[in-house]
Amino acid sequence: MHTLPQQLANGLFLGATYGLIAIGYTMVYGIVQLINFAHGEIFMTGGFGALTVYLALPHGTSLWLALPLMLIGGAITAVLIALGAERFAYRPLRTAPRLAPLIAAIGLSLGLQQAVHNLYPKATSPRAFPQMQAGPWNVGSIHIQSGDLFTIVAAPICMIILAVFVQKSRTGRAMQATAQDPDTAQLMGIDTNRIIAAAFAIGALFAAVAAVCYGLRYGEVDYSMGFQAGLKAFTAAVLGGIGNIYGAMLGGLVLGLAEAMATAYISDIPGMHQLGGGSWASVWAFVLLILVLLLRPQGLLGERVADRA
Amino acid sequence: MRHRSLLVLSIALTGALTVTACGSRGGSKSGGDTSANGITVTIGVDAPLSGQNSATGLGIKYGVQIAADDANKNHTVPGVTFKVDAKDDQAQPTIGQQNATALVGESDVIGVVGPLNSGVAQSMQQVFATANMVEISPSNTNPALTQGPNWAKGDKKRQFPTYFRTATTDALQGAFAAQYASGPAGKKKAFVVDDKQTYGAGLAGIFQDSFTKDGGQVVGTDHVNTGDKDFSALVTKIKSSGADLLYYGGQYDESELITKQLKAAGDNIPLMGGDGMYSQTYITTAGAAAEGDLVTSVGVPMSSLDTAKNFISEYKAAGYAGDYDTYGGYSYDAATAIIKAVGQVVGKNNGKLPSDARAQVVQGVQSADFDGIAGHISFDQYGDTTNKQLTVYQVKSGQWAAVKTGTYTG
Repeated sequence: MHTLPQQLANGLFLGATYGLIAIGYTMVYGIVQLINFAHGEIFMTGGFGALTVYLALPHGTSLWLALPLMLIGGAITAVLIALGAERFAYRPLRTAPRLAPLIAAIGLSLGLQQAVHNLYPKATSPRAFPQMQAGPWNVGSIHIQSGDLFTIVAAPICMIILAVFVQKSRTGRAMQATAQDPDTAQLMGIDTNRIIAAAFAIGALFAAVAAVCYGLRYGEVDYSMGFQAGLKAFTAAVLGGIGNIYGAMLGGLVLGLAEAMATAYISDIPGMHQLGGGSWASVWAFVLLILVLLLRPQGLLGERVADRA
Repeated sequence: MRHRSLLVLSIALTGALTVTACGSRGGSKSGGDTSANGITVTIGVDAPLSGQNSATGLGIKYGVQIAADDANKNHTVPGVTFKVDAKDDQAQPTIGQQNATALVGESDVIGVVGPLNSGVAQSMQQVFATANMVEISPSNTNPALTQGPNWAKGDKKRQFPTYFRTATTDALQGAFAAQYASGPAGKKKAFVVDDKQTYGAGLAGIFQDSFTKDGGQVVGTDHVNTGDKDFSALVTKIKSSGADLLYYGGQYDESELITKQLKAAGDNIPLMGGDGMYSQTYITTAGAAAEGDLVTSVGVPMSSLDTAKNFISEYKAAGYAGDYDTYGGYSYDAATAIIKAVGQVVGKNNGKLPSDARAQVVQGVQSADFDGIAGHISFDQYGDTTNKQLTVYQVKSGQWAAVKTGTYTG
């Protein structure tokens, strides 16, 4: 058990990335009750946007200098694609039956994957993502790498900014109002189209930050990375209570911790050797999801309607 | 309302999974048997050409392409022009089977080189056997493909008369790796990880048995999923196990990330793997973390072969993508075996293709006996190559360097 602190840290780093992506699912669901299955691909395009900025910079630029620009580049790419998807795919379907936008989302997801696969130079195999030449650091028995450090700094900052934004700003409060009752909100003079677009944009922004975390941690981005990450983040959003932004982050962290614990310790339980290890991590994560949904169908923090945004 | 949205949600989720898992691209072309210059014969290729394993997969495709171009240029078979039809299996057994069915359905396809993955081969073998069409894999190393599931107990039985391979088997490769690890490399404690695929799990199992037999100790085992990116929890486990070697059964896509995350976590033990990892891409992606890592691969190093010099220069001159080192030479030789068999069949039939050309080509390949660019090509009673050369490579200064070549001796 002497590896426990390290395994907890591993879970937190992984979970923070899930949480950041999950924000996008939960924001959009909270306002338009749509599961945006293309969100994983928006996350992926954020990664490629950041990579493009890095490749455009003069060779040998310090990553400390490049990182803010990469974040901006990734965010712009992801936000533009999310806004485009909202404007041209989801808005025309807003009054259509529920299934139509869902199918549109799946189509968009496949379309974006194939577009990057075919159009981005050399994207048929993973593209290398720049690495920070710093660290690792040892805190007690925990070994922290530069990519992890970026994640663990970026995720809480993003969460605090989002919480303040949703609670204090005019747009944030308009979002809460739209989430509660879109028709009444519109009667009160809120431009719901703008609010819905804002929800997509914020989700994409967070996905881009998550994509940079992903790139820094794993050293590569690839056209299919959004599928698995998106699925896990969606799970995190449901686990935390879909529609609740704090739930999304909490769900992400719980999911990340569950995966790390399952990989590390389940195979040590007598008789469970075959059911543990890395390949079973996702299985245990989904078992946890089922258990939580059985006991609390609304998710860990679900149903706090007033905060929903 | 709640129930309905949950229902919709689960439908959508299943839909997303299914659609993504089953996506296939490419259609089938069918062409005539004869052209103005005589007969045109197509050699099919099946390998992963995009996504996972595509670097080595492209090496197979272009290896066959060069063999066909050379045969056309040198008029190896007078009156016959060779074409290549390459299909992308994305390293997925289901897509491999669809490709096999498509290739069988094209009347001008005479034989197939591929696939790369043993797991994909399992789904294709029966299709080719039914059609009586020859299939030569340059890279499948799982022993059961030719010798049956009970090969380890000595109960060897040929599985399909149409299936051949130019790569030797993991029964030898895993044992050769274990011998090197416990001998020259001086490793005592190994942690064994595999990707649960036919190839990876098989190879890791054979390594584990042989390493224990050679006096080593296996301090832990684990499995990963193909496509996984985060191995932090696994790496922490390996580090705390005190292993001095990590053996990985699988492809470069996962192992390049595992070695990187392992070294970044401060555990500087080498990762050792099989031919699925022997690719320049492994070093490019893992960077400095790959230094000192080991692989075994089938055959002798391409760069040491005078016979392969032309091939390498043609590959480079054409600017083909992918890595030719791993299977490019064997793919060339596999295609050449088919070309030579076609030559025999056409020669016996007054320069025309007989109606049972596919079946006759299978017999021709079975009796193949020639020196290819990567070694001698002939097949035993199981369809396995008689060339059992293996090489251990190590990453030195960012390059794979051959450290030991030989055959496994018990």
